[in-house]
Amino acid sequence: MDETSIGWWGVPLAIFAGAIRISTPFLFVSLGEMVTEKSGRINLGLEGTLIMGAMSAYGIAYLTGSPWLGVLVAGLVGTIFGMLHAGICSLPKVNDIAVGIALMLFGTGLAFYLGKPLVQPQAPNLPSFNFGWWSDLQQVQSALKINALFIIGVVLAPVFLWALRNTRWGLILRIVGDSSDAARAMGYSPLAVRLVATAFGGFMAGVGGSFLSLYYPGSWNEGLSSGQGITAVALVIFARWNPMNCLWASLLFGGASALGPALQSVGVTQGYYLFNAAPYVLTLLILILSSSSHRHIAGAPGELSVTR
Amino acid sequence: MSNKLEISRRSLLLSGAVGAAGLAVSSLPFGRALAAGSLSVGFIYVGPRDDYGYNQAHAQGAVALKKLPGVKVTEEERVPETVDVEKTMESMINLDGAKLIFPTSFGYFDPYVLKLAKKYPDVTFMHCGGLWKEGEPDNAHSYFGYIDEAEYLSGIVAGHATKSKKLGFIAAKPIPQVLRNINAFTLGARSVDPAITTQVIFTGDWSMPVKEAEATNSMADQGIDVVTCHVDSPKVIVETAEKRGMFTTGYHANQAALAPKGYLTGAEWNWEALYPSFVADVLAGTTIPHLVRGGLKEKIVKTSPYGAMVGAAARKQADAVKAQLEAGTFVIFKGPIKDNKGNTVIAAGVSQGQTDIALESMSYLVEGVIGSTS
Repeated sequence: MDETSIGWWGVPLAIFAGAIRISTPFLFVSLGEMVTEKSGRINLGLEGTLIMGAMSAYGIAYLTGSPWLGVLVAGLVGTIFGMLHAGICSLPKVNDIAVGIALMLFGTGLAFYLGKPLVQPQAPNLPSFNFGWWSDLQQVQSALKINALFIIGVVLAPVFLWALRNTRWGLILRIVGDSSDAARAMGYSPLAVRLVATAFGGFMAGVGGSFLSLYYPGSWNEGLSSGQGITAVALVIFARWNPMNCLWASLLFGGASALGPALQSVGVTQGYYLFNAAPYVLTLLILILSSSSHRHIAGAPGELSVTR
Repeated sequence: MSNKLEISRRSLLLSGAVGAAGLAVSSLPFGRALAAGSLSVGFIYVGPRDDYGYNQAHAQGAVALKKLPGVKVTEEERVPETVDVEKTMESMINLDGAKLIFPTSFGYFDPYVLKLAKKYPDVTFMHCGGLWKEGEPDNAHSYFGYIDEAEYLSGIVAGHATKSKKLGFIAAKPIPQVLRNINAFTLGARSVDPAITTQVIFTGDWSMPVKEAEATNSMADQGIDVVTCHVDSPKVIVETAEKRGMFTTGYHANQAALAPKGYLTGAEWNWEALYPSFVADVLAGTTIPHLVRGGLKEKIVKTSPYGAMVGAAARKQADAVKAQLEAGTFVIFKGPIKDNKGNTVIAAGVSQGQTDIALESMSYLVEGVIGSTS
């Protein structure tokens, strides 16, 4: 046991470590949802998908002993949920927000039902890399224990940015999202593109859920997601549909979530309810500061029902 | 609309059932003997019953009842503290014939239990943690345990285990029961070494897995080496602490299986010892007190077996205090006690024994606790 205390340095360190530990589910869900929204559809059901992903990943990891198989299955379950959302929304005059809310409740309920026998067992967790070997401080070592999924997420963000701007796929996605008439005129089926985009968003949300149950906090529990999925959907709008901004927004949210416990641990004990609300206050502030009544929200897909 | 219909159907069923039961008891000579041998019991939990925590402790009590001959147990999990619990209780009474109900969550009592107790005077309601007051229905009862006795013992063991002299306590909300546990834990630890401090982190709610994990990690970063908690399910905290190489003391139920290296001991409910006595009382028609309270002496709370890493000195001191608590000769809240702002909260020479009603409205943190109640 390390006996050294790092005192106030613990606060920035905790925010840094929290940014890495807490942000991963936000990152995956928001990157996936960014793709879905770029195609002109919003999937609020990702909260349910996230919880289904967390539950199925935990179950599969427990039954097979392989956490990575759990991650894969979580992604597949997410894909099914995404396709379900897209399938229902393909029907004429169906509102994607209403379907999303229904799927959110359905996914949550189904996960609680199927996850009943999984509350007690302990499943193997995902491995992490030790990037803190250079430090003697046990606190730094712990903060730099970084999970592979986080690294994948960080790599995916610039890849998405590049793919959206420079690939044929990215172009089709943006056309469909900005004007389905134009897409149809060019011979692309908006419904098919949206199906793929929503299924992909579901896949990412499922993987994000697997991080919750298999790495941090690392167990299946019915209170596991306290709204991370729905927050991530909001983060996409906050990030102005830009993958790199999704990354920064997720990190900001993760770090701000760590603020409450970290401040209490160094003895700042007054007003912890306020510190616990820090992520939300921060979001409101940034949204207010960056809002404008003159210009259209930059990057907003034209077909998206919430911005139309 | 449909709700009204449902209730009237249920009342109809009930009047039929009561009539039939009354007929059976009054007209048949063996009716009463038969009724005395069998009992339908309902258990209602606010969360999953295998949560390694609050609900599991009650479910273990239910398991003890299932072993009794002639006792039928019905359980329902994840019942919110809303009108839902009223519906659950009514269906247990009307459809399962429950005569004894354990609504185990704090928020079930007022108004739901009180309302149904008036409506069904022949059903006994045993509510955990409630505050039965004079004038409330006769068939409603509340029970609770002085688990701070077990927390004091955990504190002693933690006080011996810590090297950094810094303990951590992750709690949900600053309510009297929680503060009492934090204070008893700290007093126990400081009876080993007065230099020990307890850092408190409030997470804000009873089940916040991510925040609980984050709190455990920030405690580890601050050099805290023993952590305990008062949340609904200590699973995440105990697992995270084990990963960080910290010691833990458990709460509600036994979490030793989750942390073979770090689980020192823990404060557990002993409902499996208490509940069979309630069943026996109901079957025998004995009057149960409206406020059932007790600690180690009454076998309402217990401690987890010591982990292998607990040293001889710790065992000796904890066992000695435990023997006094079981004999009823030890007082935890004995003046002079100062709060962590320097005010004297219990004057020298004043002993607040377990049954002292002043303890049930505790609003301070004792000297040595780093934290604040607001």
